[in-house]
Amino acid sequence: MTAPEIDAVPAGEVTADYPVIELTGVTKAYQGGVHALRSVDLTVEYGEMLAIVGPSGSGKSTMLNLIGTLDRPTEGTVRIDGYDVAALSDRQLSALRSRRIGFVFQQFHLAPGRDALGNVADGLLYTGLSRREREQRAEAALDRVGLRDRVTHRPHQLSGGQKQRVAIARAVAGQPPLLLADEPTGNLDSASGVGVMEVLHDLHTAGTTVLVITHDREIADSLPRQVPMLDGQVV
Amino acid sequence: MPAVTVTSPGRYPSPTSLKPARLRVSDLARLGGYGLRSRPLRAVLSALGIAIGIASMVAVVGISASSHADLDRQLRTLGTNLLTVKPGKTFGGKDAQLPAPSLAMIKQISPVLSATAIGVISDVHVYRNERIPSVETAGMSVSAARLDLLSTVSAELDRGTWLNAATERYPTVVLGARTAKQLGYPPTVYIGGRSWVVSGVLKKAPLAQELDLSALIGWPAATTYLGFDGHPTVVYTRAAESQVEAVQAVLAATANPEKPNEATVSRPSDLLTLQRAANKTFTALLVGLGAVALLVGGIGVANTMVISVLERRSEIGLRRSLGATKGQIRTQFVSEALLLSMLGGAVGSLLGYLVTGTYAMIQQWPAVVPWWALLGGVGATVGIGAIAGLYPAIRAARLAPTEALASS
Repeated sequence: MTAPEIDAVPAGEVTADYPVIELTGVTKAYQGGVHALRSVDLTVEYGEMLAIVGPSGSGKSTMLNLIGTLDRPTEGTVRIDGYDVAALSDRQLSALRSRRIGFVFQQFHLAPGRDALGNVADGLLYTGLSRREREQRAEAALDRVGLRDRVTHRPHQLSGGQKQRVAIARAVAGQPPLLLADEPTGNLDSASGVGVMEVLHDLHTAGTTVLVITHDREIADSLPRQVPMLDGQVV
Repeated sequence: MPAVTVTSPGRYPSPTSLKPARLRVSDLARLGGYGLRSRPLRAVLSALGIAIGIASMVAVVGISASSHADLDRQLRTLGTNLLTVKPGKTFGGKDAQLPAPSLAMIKQISPVLSATAIGVISDVHVYRNERIPSVETAGMSVSAARLDLLSTVSAELDRGTWLNAATERYPTVVLGARTAKQLGYPPTVYIGGRSWVVSGVLKKAPLAQELDLSALIGWPAATTYLGFDGHPTVVYTRAAESQVEAVQAVLAATANPEKPNEATVSRPSDLLTLQRAANKTFTALLVGLGAVALLVGGIGVANTMVISVLERRSEIGLRRSLGATKGQIRTQFVSEALLLSMLGGAVGSLLGYLVTGTYAMIQQWPAVVPWWALLGGVGATVGIGAIAGLYPAIRAARLAPTEALASS
């Protein structure tokens, strides 16, 4: 068993001498000349909690893809956890995502045939941890999001809010310093939404950098920092 | 207190520290299993295609091998040193005759261990009783036989007793296996205007198949009751194993010194082998059909995998966001295809084995499935799985993560 090689900042530490997210003059243009992002600058320090907020088409999804290293910018520099995305190969980006970034999606993306524990443990499949270790960490993560008693439940036996909390547990089971949540309450009723936001706040309190992407002003205003976007620019 | 270890000259961490972890084989197998279990009916159906192909090929090869094993076993008991001499045709195209003393002449050849003969009595046939019309011969003939016939041609009695020095002079008959069956194992039969007592029935004689459709009577009785002319129609000769070819070369001239070209010499064990060899063409054809079934099965697996990749775009996107490399996505889908086809191959091999066993049991053959057939079956399924899975897997791996995630 080779332990994942991490020589960067562990979750909970806020004393790095570089920010966790550093976007400098980032532009993203698609074929046909559509500019999703125009010269965006953004710096997020370790341990922050913030919202990127804007209407659909404002470029916030493109921001998520770039910050999540799922895509590369057309121009400018993206540095995540100190790494310059442009300098990394596809394999290196995969390794970065597997250990340093957690994703939460609006649609949960849970495997229907597998219980909560299996879904969360699967999130650690690409970290190199043994199966036993993955399951131990998955159990701990489910405990953190308040689903200790739902470990053996399958997605269809869970409510929307519970599903999203399983997805959050999957994202944070490996204790990444950066958690990206894309419209995490978008498919939930308001009560479940509040519960999910509480879990995110708890994670922030414990030291994780939490970045929420939302079109919902109310949710954005409940976070310590807002980055409003419109037409591909931070306003 | 600085919490950051900086390995590269600047203040940023070095990219070389980022190495994706390897997927364990056990995890990979489990991953493939999840994929298949999420749509079990589809997995079973596409594995079935492979199973049918493998089963038919294993069964065809197995049945053919069992038949060969049976032939080898037969030849071991029957021996390959039997030679037969039959009358051929004259130059004019008429049926020739072997001279009456030919049997005695052949016995003079030194490497000949034993020699015996039968003589078909022309225009005389065997009937169940006197009320059967004489045209209904059913292809059964009446032959005079020497008492040492059975030991020389390795024929065996199925029931009753063989002719002896007493019964060979009287209206006593021993029926060939097929004759007895056609007549319904009667206690007496009707030959040449009189009733004959059936004293025994032979088993099938693989080296002297003409006996199966015969009614055998004693040489003296044939002369007395049916006016037999004493000309043998088949002379059976056992030669010393090492001298078979040498004896074969002189047999025609010995049997009929005046007209050696009117005597035909053959080696029944060769004919037996040839008969089975003729089945080889048929076997090849069936194996070909099995290969086509296998190919269709492989296309089924490829089809299943292509659909699977299309349907599971968001899963691919999720896995990429969780840190799966392109290679790991590719390996996941290839291992899923491998698992699918190997499942089919395992079921198919078992099925083919069972079919071979059952068929061999019915035919009373030894059941033989060559190891290379099973090994080839497994190899074929691995190859098919890899080929069928590769293209869909490459497509899955090429999918951009953002595109895959956006598709849901």
